[in-house]
Amino acid sequence: MNAGTLKQILLLTDGCSNKGEDPAVVASLANQQGITVNVIGILDDDQTEQPEGLREVEDIAVSGGGVSQIVYSERLSQTVQMVTRQAMTQTLQGFVNKELRSILGKDQSMEELDPEKRGEIMEVVEDLGETSDLEVVVLVDSSASMRDKLETVKEALFDLSMSLNARVGKNRFCIYRFPGRRSDIELVLDWSPKLDGISKVFPKLTSGGITPTGPALRAVMYQFSKKQLRRNSDEEPFDIEETGY
Amino acid sequence: MKNHSTLKKQAINLHAQQKVTGKWHYKSYTVVRKIGQGAIGSVYLCMYNGRPVALKMSEQDAAVTVEVNVLKALKKVQGYRLGPSLLDVDDWTAPNGRVYSFYVMEYMEGQTLGAFIQARGKKWLGVLMVQLLEDLDQLHQAGWTFGDLKTDNILVESNPPRIRLVDVGGTTRMGRSIKEYTEFFDRGYWGLGTRKAEPSYDLFAVAMVFLHIYYPRRFERMTGEPSEKLLEKKLYRATDLQLLHPILRKALKGKYHTAAEMKTEVMDKIKQVQRRRSQYRKKVQQKKAYPVKESFSISLIASVFWIISLLLP
Repeated sequence: MNAGTLKQILLLTDGCSNKGEDPAVVASLANQQGITVNVIGILDDDQTEQPEGLREVEDIAVSGGGVSQIVYSERLSQTVQMVTRQAMTQTLQGFVNKELRSILGKDQSMEELDPEKRGEIMEVVEDLGETSDLEVVVLVDSSASMRDKLETVKEALFDLSMSLNARVGKNRFCIYRFPGRRSDIELVLDWSPKLDGISKVFPKLTSGGITPTGPALRAVMYQFSKKQLRRNSDEEPFDIEETGY
Repeated sequence: MKNHSTLKKQAINLHAQQKVTGKWHYKSYTVVRKIGQGAIGSVYLCMYNGRPVALKMSEQDAAVTVEVNVLKALKKVQGYRLGPSLLDVDDWTAPNGRVYSFYVMEYMEGQTLGAFIQARGKKWLGVLMVQLLEDLDQLHQAGWTFGDLKTDNILVESNPPRIRLVDVGGTTRMGRSIKEYTEFFDRGYWGLGTRKAEPSYDLFAVAMVFLHIYYPRRFERMTGEPSEKLLEKKLYRATDLQLLHPILRKALKGKYHTAAEMKTEVMDKIKQVQRRRSQYRKKVQQKKAYPVKESFSISLIASVFWIISLLLP
């Protein structure tokens, strides 16, 4: 069995969207296209209560078929890698469940099997998680309130690439921030197998007060297919859209 | 509108006296208290047929199944106890209607490594390190890396003191990527290696475990200071570990390819120390013997002089 390439969007934010369409709706659209949307809500160190804005985090992940977690920035590194892996497992389990249903009837899923059989299937899921290729588009909220957290975000992403690159399967990452200076999103780092170069390209990214999460999600959704297009048309040195500003 | 059935499964908290009955095997466990909480679920001390057992439950079914698979695989390593033994695997329907996966293992009683060394002294350091390395070597030979090796996951059973590894949540097949780790003990965090499952990954953690005994509050990496230097400094200050410094340093640098290699060096060190100690003892005894001889010879000479003086007119 070959799961092919797993596609994920990893959204890192500390607040509520306030512009454009509902991000949960966009996430569900992305999920229908085989993309999993994971969301991490970052709390300030002195925040004791979960702020209103972060309630959205779970909604987006649930409709995006992904995993969500709300954390203090000190726990970010571990959380980012855990969420990504959990989502991979979840997606692969989804595939397996679909197969099971086609073989055993529509009421079958892994959860309905006895622990013994479930264990055997889980081995297959684990194998797939280790060997399948993974593409992650990281979408970083760069509104003003994120300023102090960007250093931690950078470390966490670097750490994520280290964790995932210990896998047998191949990885590709790219990073976008939102809002961009001229548009909803702005490229920070183009597709690359490692995030080693991240230190150079992760400057003081902060911008204004708006948080167009929905439109930004929609825009990054197309980055997967765009890459495919670019690969098909072979070497196209510049991407018109991104050199536009 | 939120659809509640698609909402994330919430973590569950079992309370004392609560009964957990399995959906498949109908075994019933009575909760005594919570004894641990990790990234994946919580562990409870429970009673089953009048004897204590440890029950682990999580809202992440997949993670529970993965851990069970590891425990089952370790069971097959014949004649050697690696990790806790697995007693039962089942599902439980909580009062909220959601189904949670759980597994039951033997309840191990003991002190944490840190507490044990504090109570019984540094003379146990070498012995316990040898035991730990022996266990890891068996595990590695069976094709597994322990992964999340940390002080909390090492228990010392008493009478006779014996190391036991608990929590196989991070246990990963050789050559794969480490599933779960704790930053302080993770060589990736310190920038001193990859997160690929291999013996040297665990051996780095072994060195950090022993450092942790002397830095119970841990410490963090620093921007601007290379980790290698920082760890060297910390090692230098842990004077109780002095004899083991060369070995720990090698482990931190990833110089050992197998746990057996490291174990041999620790054992050589222990023997060397014992030899030195017994030589020292002999010397002390010899020194103690001198005053008797000395006074004896002095009195002998004195008496000779006395006799001579008597003979002289």
